[in-house]
Amino acid sequence: MEKFVRLAAKACPLNLSNVNTDQILPGRYLRLPRSPELGQALFQDLRRDAAGKLKPDFPLNSPIYREAKILIAGRNFGGGSSREAAVYALYEAGIRCVIAPSFGDIFAQNAVKNGFLAAVLAETEVTELAAAIAADPDMPVTVDLEQQIIARGNRSFSFAIDPVSRNQLLNGWDDIDLTHSNREKIAAFTAADRKRRPWAWLPQV
Amino acid sequence: MDEPQTLIDKMWSAHAITRREDGAALLWVDRHYVHEGSFHAFTQMHERGGAVAEPALTFGIADHYVPTRGRGGRIADPDIAAMVRTLEKNTTESGIKLFGLGDPRQGIVHVVGPEQGLTLPGLLIVCGDSHTSTHGAFGAYAFGIGASEVAHVLMTQTLWQKKPKRMRVTVGGKTTAGVGAKDIALAIIARIGADGAQGHAVEFAGSAIAALSMEGRMTLCNMSIEAGGRCGMVAPDATTFTYLRGRPYTPRGTAFEQAVEAWSRLVSDPGASFDREVMLDANMIAPIVTWGITPDDALPIDAHVPDPAGETDPVRAKYLREALDYMGIAPGKKLTEITVDRVFIGSCTNARIEDLRAAAAVLAGRSSKVPGLVSPGSTTVKRQAEQEGLDRIFRDAGLEWADAGCSMCLGLNGDLVPPGERCASTTNRNFRGRQGPGARTHLMSPAMVAAAAVTGHLADVRPLLAGRAP
Repeated sequence: MEKFVRLAAKACPLNLSNVNTDQILPGRYLRLPRSPELGQALFQDLRRDAAGKLKPDFPLNSPIYREAKILIAGRNFGGGSSREAAVYALYEAGIRCVIAPSFGDIFAQNAVKNGFLAAVLAETEVTELAAAIAADPDMPVTVDLEQQIIARGNRSFSFAIDPVSRNQLLNGWDDIDLTHSNREKIAAFTAADRKRRPWAWLPQV
Repeated sequence: MDEPQTLIDKMWSAHAITRREDGAALLWVDRHYVHEGSFHAFTQMHERGGAVAEPALTFGIADHYVPTRGRGGRIADPDIAAMVRTLEKNTTESGIKLFGLGDPRQGIVHVVGPEQGLTLPGLLIVCGDSHTSTHGAFGAYAFGIGASEVAHVLMTQTLWQKKPKRMRVTVGGKTTAGVGAKDIALAIIARIGADGAQGHAVEFAGSAIAALSMEGRMTLCNMSIEAGGRCGMVAPDATTFTYLRGRPYTPRGTAFEQAVEAWSRLVSDPGASFDREVMLDANMIAPIVTWGITPDDALPIDAHVPDPAGETDPVRAKYLREALDYMGIAPGKKLTEITVDRVFIGSCTNARIEDLRAAAAVLAGRSSKVPGLVSPGSTTVKRQAEQEGLDRIFRDAGLEWADAGCSMCLGLNGDLVPPGERCASTTNRNFRGRQGPGARTHLMSPAMVAAAAVTGHLADVRPLLAGRAP
């Protein structure tokens, strides 16, 4: 799995709350394999009008934010559907980190699996950061996962992330290798469990 | 004496294989459901040269992309046909049992699992779909996962998780006539918000929950994710055991009796503490509809939509303007004056037999003023509804009676609400574009959708039920 340790990049304030995964990547793109095409479909129905024209007022459409790798969003980013392709779409579009007051649980989990950081800041701090970026979009934002610090110019904020996700991102663990290293414990568990909860098991196929 | 435990704690410890220092635990997975959308995970598995660890505990179900018309024939859209074929190939190659297109048991995964007795109390159940929370209705620990986690479960039958916080939502009292599980769910979401249960597993308790049928409990747990909770659950009881007895995959004979004994212990101990408690009174819940673009934009049917002009918080006012603009509704408009263009009865939220009966009770002998689609939750539900004559009631009312699948809840199979049209829908998400680009969705119960159909506008179902069996 990909690591996330530190990122210094331009950031784009979205100024939107409740951006659910249907908005990040509409359902009609879910049949696509992981590919750059998903990056082009990112925020499709928010960034384009009914005729397919790019809306000038959608921040990511502005040339100012073309190189942004960090998004600043309102509360409940990534709620709704479990589609991991929402993370793929962000990633393929060059985004590596979203900073918001809160995230959908499944989105946050999917992010970790892709070396993508979902960093939690208080609502007032998000507002402050978004306003500062809008005033001077060229100044980069630094996100340091080890220190849990988001810094921009002289201003810095401590951000929250649960220790499990932090550990995983910093180490870039391969979950499946890690699990396979617990093979004996799994075998012991299942042997005992078949006796303890016989009703939970089904005949081998 | 041992510390009193919540149902959530009991589930957690029953499945924890090992714990890491950072607090994550490796959990055993009892059932894993896969569908057409799970192809990313099979790709990940193939790329690693991995294999399915426990095919006997994994079940494939074709639901997200399946056509709801013209069953038995060729699927016209080659992309959709490829999605259905890929699931067939992936499951067959790995020795996974598939309830595929054409199988008499096919349907929506969250309808079929319980119906077949695959979903049982005390099981840890996952699926690459956020509405996996549905299965918690049985006292299972069930939650949606993303593609990488699906791949992990395929290859190991386990999952690394951090323990969620525990929330209990107690709904006391008794619901009044015309009010159902969907109204309870929307009332809870309106109360705590679309992210109110984030980071929490939710246990639903109280007299109004105990009084719900299994279908009602499934509707309620299904909607936990719309309050931000990855899983919702109800402690199993006599209603649960009666539903399960004799289902195809349920244990039989003495094995069933022994299982019931074990399942009966799956309750929160008296005095067990929760991280958060929420209380509602069922007597106060009226039929509810959503007016906006998140499920917490929900109001009793006799209310008016908000007016941004009366909102002091500028952020909230901006949101209200955007939501009303997308929905094409004038500020402050009375909900019952909002006309609809079509109706949809279906989805993992509200397409079980009881849901179809509730809608049919309103529609019997009446006509729908707008076109509409009824897609039963499973082929089994469809057959039962036909035996009860419900299909005739829907058809006589002018609605289309179709086959089972996710259908117009998200339109992956082409069942779309056209741009700009307004749909009264029994589904779970009123997000922008959820039912199709530009589609406007109002969420409500099956009975309330039926009321919208016969009146042509959002309407209180209660007067329409006068003199009829609910």
